[in-house]
Amino acid sequence: MEIPDTLKYTREHEWARTKGTQVVIGITDFAQDQLGDVVFVELPDVGDTVKKGESFGVVESTKAVSELFAPLSGKVVEVNDPLADAPETINDDPYEEGWMIVVEPSDPKELEALMDAKAYRAFVEEQE
Amino acid sequence: MGNPTGWKPSMEKDAKVTATAHAEVGAGGATRGLVHEEQLLFERGSTGRSGVSLPAAGGDFDPARELPAALLRDGVEGMPEVSELEVVRHFTRMSSWNHGIDTGFYPLGSCTMKYNPRSSEALARLPGFANVHPLAPAELAQGALELMYRLERALSEIAGFDQTTLVPAAGAQGELCGLMLIRAYHQAHGNPRKKVLIPDTAHGTNPASSALNGYDVVQLASGADGRLHPETVAAAMDEDVAAIMITNPNTLGIFESNIAEIAEIVHAKGGLVYGDGANMNALLGVARPGDMGFDVMQYNLHKTFATPHGGGGPGSGPVAVKAKLAPFLPLPVVVKEGERYRLLVEPKERPQTIGKLREFWGNFGMFVRAWALIREYGPEGVAETGKLAVLNANYVRKLLQGTYNLPYETDSLHEVVFDDKLQKVHGVTTMDVAKRLIDHGFHPPTVYFPLVVSGALMIEPTETESKETLERFCTAMKAIAEEAQADPEAVKAAPTRPFRARLDETRAARKPILRWRPGMKVE
Repeated sequence: MEIPDTLKYTREHEWARTKGTQVVIGITDFAQDQLGDVVFVELPDVGDTVKKGESFGVVESTKAVSELFAPLSGKVVEVNDPLADAPETINDDPYEEGWMIVVEPSDPKELEALMDAKAYRAFVEEQE
Repeated sequence: MGNPTGWKPSMEKDAKVTATAHAEVGAGGATRGLVHEEQLLFERGSTGRSGVSLPAAGGDFDPARELPAALLRDGVEGMPEVSELEVVRHFTRMSSWNHGIDTGFYPLGSCTMKYNPRSSEALARLPGFANVHPLAPAELAQGALELMYRLERALSEIAGFDQTTLVPAAGAQGELCGLMLIRAYHQAHGNPRKKVLIPDTAHGTNPASSALNGYDVVQLASGADGRLHPETVAAAMDEDVAAIMITNPNTLGIFESNIAEIAEIVHAKGGLVYGDGANMNALLGVARPGDMGFDVMQYNLHKTFATPHGGGGPGSGPVAVKAKLAPFLPLPVVVKEGERYRLLVEPKERPQTIGKLREFWGNFGMFVRAWALIREYGPEGVAETGKLAVLNANYVRKLLQGTYNLPYETDSLHEVVFDDKLQKVHGVTTMDVAKRLIDHGFHPPTVYFPLVVSGALMIEPTETESKETLERFCTAMKAIAEEAQADPEAVKAAPTRPFRARLDETRAARKPILRWRPGMKVE
């Protein structure tokens, strides 16, 4: 199970990575493994606002439909549109090519409240 | 009592099983038979062949005079040109690839796939019921209206409510209707409110029905015992909450024993309690949601009252309510005036109605079947149905406990949820177990639901299965668990027996081909 040290994590298995003033968001390796083959993803549009802890989209696998929860609040500035035609990217490369949205955070401090890799690893082990 | 399987617990004393399956067939009797490959209908036939002989258009009828030019065409390219026998064989062969409740055990949890008695079918086909026109005047449809009236009364009584609408076309529309009633009720009190509380064990339709009615959904976590706890509800409850939606027993098959207290908490803040009646089979004739504090509940006649289900439908989702919600019920309402029955269809007679939900008056054929079943069983039989459903599920639970992991140890009612924890150590998942069951001749149970259980296997046998069938199913489940240990690859390669082996569900979902076109290569 890959859990990069440089990222921040939520209890709902999203990751967040700072990129300048912005934050890139996706789902973790554990999440994609639990979901199984991802077949559909629904993401917000550029310009939409997302709110910490609230749903910003949906990911569907052959097993289940799951909501995506925003790790922090802000405005969507970029969306990984190619995922619509290639949802398998989320399984193949959840931390790089499988990123979902980029957000301009309204309160960058929210990022600090998220789990670091060590805490997330412990959280995942508890789940298993 | 009239149980259509002809089975009751007392018969099991001294019962001997008369036949056993051969070793080379699956525990559910599956083997390879004479199964035909079958082309698409479009790939059959021959130019100019026809299965019908229509007379020439009579008189001076000319389509060009009746229709705008844009809507006319000379002919249709690419239609199948086949004989009647080819059509019959095509669909008969295709039907032989299918699995239904008439073929074998179908323990799809939360779906209540029970046998549909032939007696109910026969009665629904009586010409007076089957051929009655929806626009027939009331005086020519008294029998049909009386049946609707009596069914409405029976459904109200069985679940402990004051009035029931028969209109909704299925369970999900029943939920939609229930939430519309809740909204109309709050609106009439000056504030439609903003939120609906839904536990994490709920069916996915619950949040969907809430959202369609403009409500935000607040998810509530159930406790370690699989139950919703009053303090969780109290913490989330405020005067913006329109309702709480609860399935009882919930999708873990566990009875929400805190329901009365929860209802009190919700009512104290002016909220309403919605009951998802999907699991009503567990309570039939034993407990009434209306007595537990529910204000509104949808039935699923295609589950609880054995009307056809799953492609054989249509469904039917009557909604039962307490008196305070009755003025808002959709139209039509069947009323009895003296000895006569009438459909009340005009909003002016029901000024607070939410209006019409669909065309005409409901899925009437289902009303006949459900009423036939209720009358055939009678009150004792209805109660026996609930008890047998619970007994059967607990028999399966007992037989499989230890072989499969039970994530919630709490007593369950009409269905039981296992998971794949004990098989996963060998690399075998719930999906593999489900596929292997097909090789034995059983329809797999519901898998990966409810979402609170990772790798859920949700088994609901219903009351209509015999003890031997349940035992054969459990034999197959145990054989699969053993195989998962000894030869996991064999389980992962399943199914091998059915006409089509393991299908690529991922590719079907990622790259669906929804339309056949001439010349297309079909794999």
